[in-house]
Amino acid sequence: MNYVQYFIDAVALGSLYALVALGIGLIFGVMRLVNLAHGELLMAGGYTLFATNGWSAFVRVPLVVLVVVALALLMERLAFRPLRDASPATMLVMTFAVSFLLRNIAQKRWSSQGKAMNIFAGLSKAFRVGDLRIRYVTLVSIGVGAVLLLAVNLFLYRTEIGLQMRAVASDRRIAQALGMRINRIVVTAFVIAGVLAAAALLLFVPQRPTVTPDFGLQIGILALIGVVVGGMDRLAPATFGGFAIGFANSMVFSLLPKGQRVFLDSALYGLVIIVLLLRPQGLFQRERLTARV
Amino acid sequence: MSDRGVSIRRAAQTLGGPIALVLLAGLVSLVFSGSIELRFHNAFVITAMVVSVYVFSGNSGVISFGHVSFVALGAFSAGMFSMGVQQKGAVFKELFPFIKDNHLGNVPTLLLAAALGGLYALIIGIPLVRLNGLAAGIATFAVLGISRNVLRNWSKVGPGAKAIPAVEETTGLAQAMLALILCIVVAYAYQRSPSGRRLRATREDVAAAQGVGVRIYRERLIAFALSGAMAGFAGAVYVHLLGSVSTEQVYLDLTFLVLAMLVVGGINSLWGAVLGGLSISLVNTVLTEGEKGMSLFGWKFTLPTSTSGIVLAALMAVVLLLRPKGLSNGREFRVPGTR
Repeated sequence: MNYVQYFIDAVALGSLYALVALGIGLIFGVMRLVNLAHGELLMAGGYTLFATNGWSAFVRVPLVVLVVVALALLMERLAFRPLRDASPATMLVMTFAVSFLLRNIAQKRWSSQGKAMNIFAGLSKAFRVGDLRIRYVTLVSIGVGAVLLLAVNLFLYRTEIGLQMRAVASDRRIAQALGMRINRIVVTAFVIAGVLAAAALLLFVPQRPTVTPDFGLQIGILALIGVVVGGMDRLAPATFGGFAIGFANSMVFSLLPKGQRVFLDSALYGLVIIVLLLRPQGLFQRERLTARV
Repeated sequence: MSDRGVSIRRAAQTLGGPIALVLLAGLVSLVFSGSIELRFHNAFVITAMVVSVYVFSGNSGVISFGHVSFVALGAFSAGMFSMGVQQKGAVFKELFPFIKDNHLGNVPTLLLAAALGGLYALIIGIPLVRLNGLAAGIATFAVLGISRNVLRNWSKVGPGAKAIPAVEETTGLAQAMLALILCIVVAYAYQRSPSGRRLRATREDVAAAQGVGVRIYRERLIAFALSGAMAGFAGAVYVHLLGSVSTEQVYLDLTFLVLAMLVVGGINSLWGAVLGGLSISLVNTVLTEGEKGMSLFGWKFTLPTSTSGIVLAALMAVVLLLRPKGLSNGREFRVPGTR
């Protein structure tokens, strides 16, 4: 029965990382931008929750979404848009500078001590099915994750701007030459990524109830690793990669002997290296998409 | 002037420009004392790390997030072996006997660190330098995560989550500058060598380079091992500067700082690496010392507390916006007006 419990916990964490990964993958798709500052969107949402402690959840949830989306758009407009044609290394370091900037602002404003986020206290309660202990947040995470993934998929494949977004993702120059409004498409991608980040944050709260300036960095980097492991070039593999890294993180932790759990990082990163060596194009990519040289 | 003359003069400038900048900074540092003087030494050592990353990433075009693990290995091995045997035995009881019972002097620890850094880079490079692009970046990042995790939790090889205390502080102005200049000379010699030129060809165009018979895997591996040795060496110089070291000091923050310096300076040139390392260090010094209240050439000022990180990040962003190829614009140093 233990293993079923591990599995359920792992699926719950996996679906949270899938939401973060989908946002990262979406932005990589339309901009070829590896956004190290994506986690700071979650951090900003976390501090919004802290600052509005005691307000009604009906106000706080929309406010979190609003703040996170606004921050995502601000990043895009001020930092990333001017560098759209720069080298990948330059863009990467820019996203790091943005992340560093936001973390420092948070540190100055709220210090590096953890602040309680306090929302949806009911979600961390659990019910029992036989020997299994299932927290409500697990079900909600899986449910919300599935609904949002489906919604993004419908958006991409059933709407005009979704179609354009896929066109931009496969070749920006040609899309531009065909008269598509790149800025509008990129902005839409950032809005969606912001909403996904806000949702992920709200669902992370029962697991990690305190926010620190580094809160988002750890989540963002792990999700990014998942995206690369899954396969960056397409959205579905990237999302599965995020799911896989969250799943593996929880599973490896549960399976390691108690005394060896401090070596969780090593085990997880070791797995990442093995997967990258075996399938550098991505774990969930069907064919080899990297340039054949 | 003959072509040969031009080429010799270019070579002299490529190597001479960065060294002259280092000497100039060293001269300026003599004006200061106390914490600001130490920050100059710190800047030289960090810049040596930037140059070591440049040797691989600059020449190959493959970003490595893993070099700080070589720095960490160098710092920890040099730190452990330069601690006194008695004190080491008393503080860290679980160490392997060969670590516990041996003590090395200053220069041997530097050489050991370089050797270990190079060996470690060679071993992990054998599988990893096959990877390209983001896969390579993430795989090297994973190496960093593993190295830190092991160093932090395996108490037979190091201090674990504690810091290594009381390392002999032998890195002063002379050693810090010498270490950096040594790294610059090695980096220069490498990029002018046939192997370095072949690697730079693969950076420009992988397919074309392979087409003319460049063995990309072999050239990358050579650069990776060499730059690993340099990073290990810089780590050892670093620990002899700090006097103590913990795993958190040689992990994420340092990784990103070094990469940011390299890219802000200009990743494609040795001049960029040195310029980026020294100029960001300078800005950082002015900002953090400014928080404490600083007097610069008779001009006194105090910055609000904990703003240095914010201003530094914003400045880096502005530089990247204005010069996406970095301060050096991807070029080597040239005296203005010469070819």
